[in-house]
Amino acid sequence: MESSTGPEAASPDRLPKPPPLLEVRGVSKRFRAPDGRARTALDDITLTVQPGRFCVLIGPTGCGKSTVLSMIAGLVRPSEGAILIDGQPVSGTDPRTGFMFQSDAVFPWKTVLGNVAAGPRFRGTPRREAAELARDWLRRVGLSGFEHYYPYQLSGGMRKRVALAQTLINGPQILLMDEPFSGLDAQTRQIMSDELLGLWEQLGASVLMVTHDLEEAIALADTVVVLTAGPATVKKEFAVDLPRPRSVREVRFQPRFVELHEQIWSCLSEEVSLAYARATTSP
Amino acid sequence: MHALRPRRERPADADTPQAVRGGRGRRRVAIATVQVALLVGGLGLWQALASSHSIDVSFYGDPVGTWRQLLDWIHHGTTEGPLWQQLWVTLQETFFGFAIGVVLGVTCGIVLGRVKLLSEILAIYIGAFNSIPRLVLGSIFIIWFGLGMPSKIALAVLLVFFNVFFNAFQGAREVDHGLIANARLLGASRLAVLFHVVVPSAFSWLIASLRVAFGLAITGSVVGELLGAQQGLGTLIAQAQGYFNPDGVYAGLVVTTIVALGAEGAITLAEHRLLRWRPPRQTLEPET
Repeated sequence: MESSTGPEAASPDRLPKPPPLLEVRGVSKRFRAPDGRARTALDDITLTVQPGRFCVLIGPTGCGKSTVLSMIAGLVRPSEGAILIDGQPVSGTDPRTGFMFQSDAVFPWKTVLGNVAAGPRFRGTPRREAAELARDWLRRVGLSGFEHYYPYQLSGGMRKRVALAQTLINGPQILLMDEPFSGLDAQTRQIMSDELLGLWEQLGASVLMVTHDLEEAIALADTVVVLTAGPATVKKEFAVDLPRPRSVREVRFQPRFVELHEQIWSCLSEEVSLAYARATTSP
Repeated sequence: MHALRPRRERPADADTPQAVRGGRGRRRVAIATVQVALLVGGLGLWQALASSHSIDVSFYGDPVGTWRQLLDWIHHGTTEGPLWQQLWVTLQETFFGFAIGVVLGVTCGIVLGRVKLLSEILAIYIGAFNSIPRLVLGSIFIIWFGLGMPSKIALAVLLVFFNVFFNAFQGAREVDHGLIANARLLGASRLAVLFHVVVPSAFSWLIASLRVAFGLAITGSVVGELLGAQQGLGTLIAQAQGYFNPDGVYAGLVVTTIVALGAEGAITLAEHRLLRWRPPRQTLEPET
């Protein structure tokens, strides 16, 4: 993979690599545009996520980042290429995968407790046991006391916590997150990012997250993968060698953070300008 | 449910001064006063016109006559038997017609809303069937099912079905794809997706249509009785018409209206119970 040959590229050769938990191998996706022509959204994407690693996909708006996640989740089939979890090709939704959506995907007609207990209930856990488990998760995301609220009665940040608990309660090995904290104000976003890091460090799941916020990406990730403006392909991978455990707020002041930010931004900014130029000139 | 008052997004609640609440109460009393005045004024005008022979009582009837007719029915029974028995017949027809129509409408609506192929095949027939003036089919139902309850129930079912069907169909189609995807990823089977996502989502469309549907069920049973029956409120109305007795027609209508209002109250309660997950909305109705 040519993108991993750069000096600041990922996969340092110090350790023998464990087999990847998630492997996206040469995946392309074409859609039929409304005018009837085929449009390539993703072009030959290859990336791997090692067990327990936090990987962030970053790219300009509309480049097809979310489609990558949908394909890994088994909601969308790739036109070409393969997606492997633990060496097995993905066909349909997988119980090892959790997905946190960009929009609130909590069920508005279920209470907070019902929402969080939904996963275990769907998977056949008895009602009482599922409720116990859900209470435990609500405590972990700081929502004890809100069990019987309906989503509309919560703030945006609280709804995100419900969504997070709802996903994590299933104990996913791969956690896919599509701009999970978009729509939150900057402070709430930071708090949520910190909490996510805390939970992730306990759980040891692999995370693949999509964002267009570079600071968030560096603060959270082990690896930042930059995608090109559509059709999206992997432009470059960056290893984020900041020490853990991290505090999302404090890590930004480390010289290494600033350095990484410079490097990744110079790589990303071309794509962002390209996407912007296209969006503003073509109808 | 007021224990679950939203803590946020109700700024009016956070700083409700007594004055505002008192103002609201006074406003409600004022509205109720005007409402009663309108009713009394309207009926009073009618009665005045009738008493002064400005309008012909034998054609148009009058409120006092209608009231007497009602009292007569209550105390001495109707030509067809006690009033409560007529009411009970109509209520049963309405209830069964409503229940069967809703179950059929919801089932068909959700199935067709979810199975695109089926809806494409059947759309033309449903459209055609929908444009038949349905009340006319009441006549054929009387031929098929006789003068008893089944023909009225059939007519009520028919009226209710289409109303509910289209709402359920729309509701099942408009289900948020994100929610379905989320349910599937959380491990829901197809059946679980149906019962945990599609049905609740369709219900938010449906509940609103249930009031209308209940009105249609009453229409179906009463019109069915008008077309031919031996019992029921519609029969009383038809009899009164036959005897050229406008007060009898009005009295039948009054009883029917009371039933409809009672049912509307019950449906409103059910709506509050079933849709309590929805944010409170501004409506034209007074808060309860």
